[in-house]
Amino acid sequence: MSAPGGWEAVVGLEVHCQLRTATKLFCGCRNAFGEPPNTLCCEVCTGQPGALPVLNREALALAVRAALALDGEVAGRSEFDRKNYFYCDLPKGYQITQLAHPFCPGARVELPSGEQVRLTRIHLEEDAGKAVHDRGARTLVDLNRAGVPLIEIVSEPDLAGADEAHAYLTELKAILQYAGVSDCDMEKGSLRCDVNVSVRRPGEPLRTKVELKNLNSFSNVKAAIEHEIARQVAAYEAGDPAGFPVQETRGWDDRARTSRPQRGKEDADDYRYFPEPDLPPVEVSAELVERQRGFVPELPAARRRRYVAAFGLSEYDAGVLTASRDVSDFFERAVQLAGEPKEVANWVTNDVLRLVADPDLPHADLGELPLRPGDVADLVRLVAARRVSKSAGRRVLRGVVERGARVEDVVRDLGLEQVDDADAIEAWCRAVLAERPDVVADVRAGKRKAVGALIGAVMQASGGSADPGRVRATLERLIDAGA
Amino acid sequence: MAEALAELFAGDANAWRAALLAGRATVRAAVDAVLARLERCERGPGALNAVLAVDAAGARRRADALDADRAAGRVPGPLFGVPVALKANLCAEGLPTSCGSRLLADWCAPYTATAVQRLVDAGAVPVATGNMDEFGMGSSGENSAFGPTRNPWDPGRTPGGSSSGPAALVAAGLVPLALGSDTGGSVRQPAAFCGIAGFKPTYGRVSRHGLVAYGSSLDQVAPLARSVRDLELCLSVLSGADERDATTLPEPPVVPELADEHMTLDGVRVGVCPELLEGEGLDPAVRARVEAAVDRLVELGARRVAVRLPSAAHAVATYYVVAAAEASSNLARFDGVRYGRREGGERSLQEMIAATREAGFGEEVKRRILLGTYVLSRGHAEAWYVQALRVRRRLRDELDAAFEQCDVLVAPTAPTPAFALGEHVRDPLAMYRADALTVPASLAGVPALSVPCGFVDGPAGPLPVGMQVLAPALADARALRVGRLYEEASPWRDRRPPWALPDEVPA
Repeated sequence: MSAPGGWEAVVGLEVHCQLRTATKLFCGCRNAFGEPPNTLCCEVCTGQPGALPVLNREALALAVRAALALDGEVAGRSEFDRKNYFYCDLPKGYQITQLAHPFCPGARVELPSGEQVRLTRIHLEEDAGKAVHDRGARTLVDLNRAGVPLIEIVSEPDLAGADEAHAYLTELKAILQYAGVSDCDMEKGSLRCDVNVSVRRPGEPLRTKVELKNLNSFSNVKAAIEHEIARQVAAYEAGDPAGFPVQETRGWDDRARTSRPQRGKEDADDYRYFPEPDLPPVEVSAELVERQRGFVPELPAARRRRYVAAFGLSEYDAGVLTASRDVSDFFERAVQLAGEPKEVANWVTNDVLRLVADPDLPHADLGELPLRPGDVADLVRLVAARRVSKSAGRRVLRGVVERGARVEDVVRDLGLEQVDDADAIEAWCRAVLAERPDVVADVRAGKRKAVGALIGAVMQASGGSADPGRVRATLERLIDAGA
Repeated sequence: MAEALAELFAGDANAWRAALLAGRATVRAAVDAVLARLERCERGPGALNAVLAVDAAGARRRADALDADRAAGRVPGPLFGVPVALKANLCAEGLPTSCGSRLLADWCAPYTATAVQRLVDAGAVPVATGNMDEFGMGSSGENSAFGPTRNPWDPGRTPGGSSSGPAALVAAGLVPLALGSDTGGSVRQPAAFCGIAGFKPTYGRVSRHGLVAYGSSLDQVAPLARSVRDLELCLSVLSGADERDATTLPEPPVVPELADEHMTLDGVRVGVCPELLEGEGLDPAVRARVEAAVDRLVELGARRVAVRLPSAAHAVATYYVVAAAEASSNLARFDGVRYGRREGGERSLQEMIAATREAGFGEEVKRRILLGTYVLSRGHAEAWYVQALRVRRRLRDELDAAFEQCDVLVAPTAPTPAFALGEHVRDPLAMYRADALTVPASLAGVPALSVPCGFVDGPAGPLPVGMQVLAPALADARALRVGRLYEEASPWRDRRPPWALPDEVPA
């Protein structure tokens, strides 16, 4: 499918996701991004001698919620382990993680295609700090991130290639965002992803896998997998066993669009895992699980199905509307207020999302946009009542955003009320016909489509306020009458 | 005044507090006297080398505040005015926490350990840190980067370890109370070698927050004192859950059981097992002292019961695998990046870490890090670390079974009296074997007391012998009660070592 020439790709992902807690996993320091270096730390997260970790119950609760949102089981009892290695951003010389007994021993993600991706496990662990290497000769260390709670989500090698991996990541991110457990922002590092890739002939056992790191965007993940599949297939097809893929870790170079070996199997660290003696086993009560289950909202897959079945939307529009929870919630609220789900969907997918993405506006996401579901609902009602034309509607929404005013006020202030006045429409039409005798001649010669250009000119003259249907009728009447 | 102070130094912490409350001296005067003696004890040929740092200004401030509290009519705490020495692996603001290591020689903790804070809140006055085997790794004090401590009973002998300094300071009468830590016997064995009382509580009874970790699943903060009743008093202050240590137990603090003066040993079943009383390497004179102590307990109403602990023979090996494994991880943070000594770093991070650890750690610490790294490494963990956990579980089960038949278990604290400085330095395994009798309680997490039970003749005079009293988990008060009834019915508590300050006549 995604591998050429009778080869099949086998891809698995390891996703690290920071939990949106108020404080870190094992101490009371604030969990926040973008603060001055080393201002969010204490004796615990800087690994001072004698300091001990204490589990943050909020992190456990969010981790449990994530597991439930991913259709996972939650172990009643799980355990922490130490993973030992030396690095300057790892204050204790070990990371507290879960190896033998993760809090979630299995889960799954359903892709929009209906494909099921099995999750091997989800476990809870602490983030490391950040080593900064680009400030002169010295390496600087910022420990604000050290001890931030992470869940690591490990998939089975169920993904058949780059596109499926991309779809899986998109769905996973949406689910975690819907559940409110993480903002999943790859730019801020709150979502990170490593990939394992191998290829084989259909029916064969698994061949050697290669791990890819340094993938800092979804598109990089996709590009790196495509590149790796091609690299491995080429190596096997060359036929020289000396050139076959070896078990190693490769780093993706985004600029060069290629990967480079980082570490071979023989250099792999021995992490000397053993049970964390400072933390007793974690007991997760049935009450905690049920409480968190109550916080799992309707998830994107269910919403997509409902939008298609109940609202009659296309699969595509349902997918666009459910890709992020704030857009989906916005859409649903507007439908509640205005009815007309298809109309609302059109306004949201075409205009609202365009405003969100507009680089000339300062707002980064829908939450920041001074536009409320009620505004879209108001607009839908005005259009249905023929008080505002659809083309004027687009200007109305932009006006709401730019002026921070409500729909009725924008319509009045910009004079966008649809003009029903036959005299005014006829006056604009006559003026346009006088200006464009060439087009009139074309129409009379049988090019009835050319009338569209005249309609556009009239709409422009009216500032968008004229009812386009009446404009067309008036123009055709005047042309036919030989005016 | 001088007489009142002399009386203080002759007594235990309970007496110290009572004398201060009776107005025999101010806390400030008493603390000044302690500070003067601490300074003198390190002078001359009899220097103990027990003190690593003194916080004179902090101690005086604290003493003045206690006197002011008293004058203002505030209720005095249970340790009112009692000067304490802290093992140098306990974090306390104002005192460097060197852990007996070059690596942390000048490191001052930015926070205070829960155990220390609880003592201070109860009215105690931390005055000094005591010498110790580096990071708690040793049984003689000789692994301190700052030189060995001497035993007040015989300056040519070890005071035991790793809480060598705190034990010597209490035995020499310089402070009535000290806080140590016990991982495999580090408080009980020095208590036995120095003729004082030491107690390792049930694992989880006392917070480890602020105790620099050696073997996390074994470490407990543990007091040393001149009497068992002082240990009871101290434990009532130290014990109880701490939200900063997730391994503390939810049970309420230990309350001394001996409120009733008429409490006796009637019917108490004292277990004795051949694995601990007839083991290889046990000095017959030590065994005789412990047998005599058991006879004394029987005279006092107890019943002798024979029990078995077959896995005790493997306790030393098990302990050195588990403790070393945990130590190899706990000591990884000493990499020169954030605090403590740093060496190198011109070439690479790895070079800096290696140079820092090479220069900062002593031989025994390196040996245990290597051992611990090996037993956890891929391909060896199953045979060593995982196997040790199995033996540990079996030993715990055997102790549980033994405690079905007896209320307490009695054993020698150490197989020999204090050995000579230098005697085991060339033979680490001989040093490890000397822990054979203390590590079972550590591995099982049960409480164990060491209380003096007599003397044996040494070449330079008598040497104290210690008896261990083990109790089931959480029965800390029981072990202390048995030890206290024994202590009060025997003459050993009032024996003082011949050591004296340079300008004093030996007792």
